[in-house]
Amino acid sequence: MTVIVLMDSSDASKQALALARKFGEPQSVSMDAVQPFAPDALAAILARAADDMNASAVVAAGTERGNEVMARLAARMGLPLAANCIDAEPGDPTTVMRQRWGGSLLEEARLHSPRPLMTVAPHTVAADSGPPPAEVEVKPVAETDLVVRVVDHVSPSNGGVSLAEAKVIVSGGRGVGSKEGFTIIEELAGLLGAAVGCSRAVTSAGWRPHTDQVGQTGTKVAPEVYIACGISGATQHMAGLKGAKRILAINSDPQAPLMLNADYTVTGDLKEIVPAISAEIRKRR
Amino acid sequence: MLTDDARAINTQHLGFTISPHEECGVEEAVRLIEANKGESVVLTLGPPEAVEQLRDAMALGIDRAIHLKTDRQEWDAESTAAALIEAIRADETSSGPFDLIFFGNESADSAGFQVGIRVAYALARPCVAGLKKVTLQGSSVRCEQEVDGGRDVYVVPLPAVLTVKEGLNLPRYPSVPGKMRARSKPMAESMPTRPVPRLELVKLAVPAGQGRRAESLGAGSAAAPAVVEMLQKAGVL
Repeated sequence: MTVIVLMDSSDASKQALALARKFGEPQSVSMDAVQPFAPDALAAILARAADDMNASAVVAAGTERGNEVMARLAARMGLPLAANCIDAEPGDPTTVMRQRWGGSLLEEARLHSPRPLMTVAPHTVAADSGPPPAEVEVKPVAETDLVVRVVDHVSPSNGGVSLAEAKVIVSGGRGVGSKEGFTIIEELAGLLGAAVGCSRAVTSAGWRPHTDQVGQTGTKVAPEVYIACGISGATQHMAGLKGAKRILAINSDPQAPLMLNADYTVTGDLKEIVPAISAEIRKRR
Repeated sequence: MLTDDARAINTQHLGFTISPHEECGVEEAVRLIEANKGESVVLTLGPPEAVEQLRDAMALGIDRAIHLKTDRQEWDAESTAAALIEAIRADETSSGPFDLIFFGNESADSAGFQVGIRVAYALARPCVAGLKKVTLQGSSVRCEQEVDGGRDVYVVPLPAVLTVKEGLNLPRYPSVPGKMRARSKPMAESMPTRPVPRLELVKLAVPAGQGRRAESLGAGSAAAPAVVEMLQKAGVL
């Protein structure tokens, strides 16, 4: 039995591969198989490979790209798709456990499909450590599948550290108090080579651009350390933090949800604590 | 809080709102029509209460609404798409084709990441997903999709289907006159039959905690040395 896995070099892909192994011997299609990126073409390649090899299932990481290509594959093949699974068991029907509400709820579901299509929620399954699977031979695709393709790339205007790739993020919430209040957040971020993040309350107030927003409808982050300053920790914000290795919460309210879900906490006024941390870093240099 | 059968959230004491991605889709449609003239229509599949969100969208400037009513049972993404496809085809037959159809990139609740894309495939129109900026350029549309390290640009011909994300624009608040006007705008209703879902919900559960156990590094500015030591131990300083 062969299972097809859509892969790139990310950990999320190796996590998807680990789950895919339950469905057979994996063969991979590279996310870079079509350059520049053309999602319909990738879906066409996956569909053809799945048919040619009579694949038992097709699996990808539940990243933006992974979900997008798999949705196109599902539409093309006229099959259901279970997005953001954290587990799956082969069978008739396949049983899946998938994330909803940005991961704050889990859904157990039956996937009635002759060929289960699934994406795997990042950071929920241990990454596969085995050898990379053999790559499927890619055949040319039809012109009609290249109508939707990347024709240009715009680099970020701020030139700062990208949130999605940052090793450290210093993030501010409503507790920062104002647009100007972010000066101390930016100062600490600068000392740490960190990206600046924020909660939805902050973007709604117009203090920071939406590109800084962390959470379910903002950027999902995976830093070594996430420093949350004055963020209460609504479930939609926590949904963006699942990949964070360590969370430090600074808040005057010790009962704030983020204080209860952090690894480290400092209780008190962030307007005193954040500059004190910056001063301590300078002192030690 | 879940319902007793664990198949839904108990919403008895909750309010509803348009999801953030879709709200930006509504705003973008209103802006495009303001700038280019024409007509905008809002379409949803949802329980009788969803009429409130349709009125909200019309208060922002959408011209008319189509409500595909459910009996509060959940519809999976495939069935939802099928009902929307049928409704869009019927509307286009009577009122002419849409140049653009906007969807939220993924729903806040079920997060299937697929309804807009399924509709696009069925209508044989190009679909660009996950957009943060949309610009009309004559008979095509330029789209910016946020990716790690910037934005990828796509240009596709109209008619097209676009799935959008929060951050596309800053949605306006409804005005009082807007709300008044919304009351008299046309609202079409139908009640499609729910197919047997192929992604069949068995039950919902609240996940176990992530196992983080907060360690206090102290209170106030006196905690700064302990914070710096933690950062050093984490290898980021």
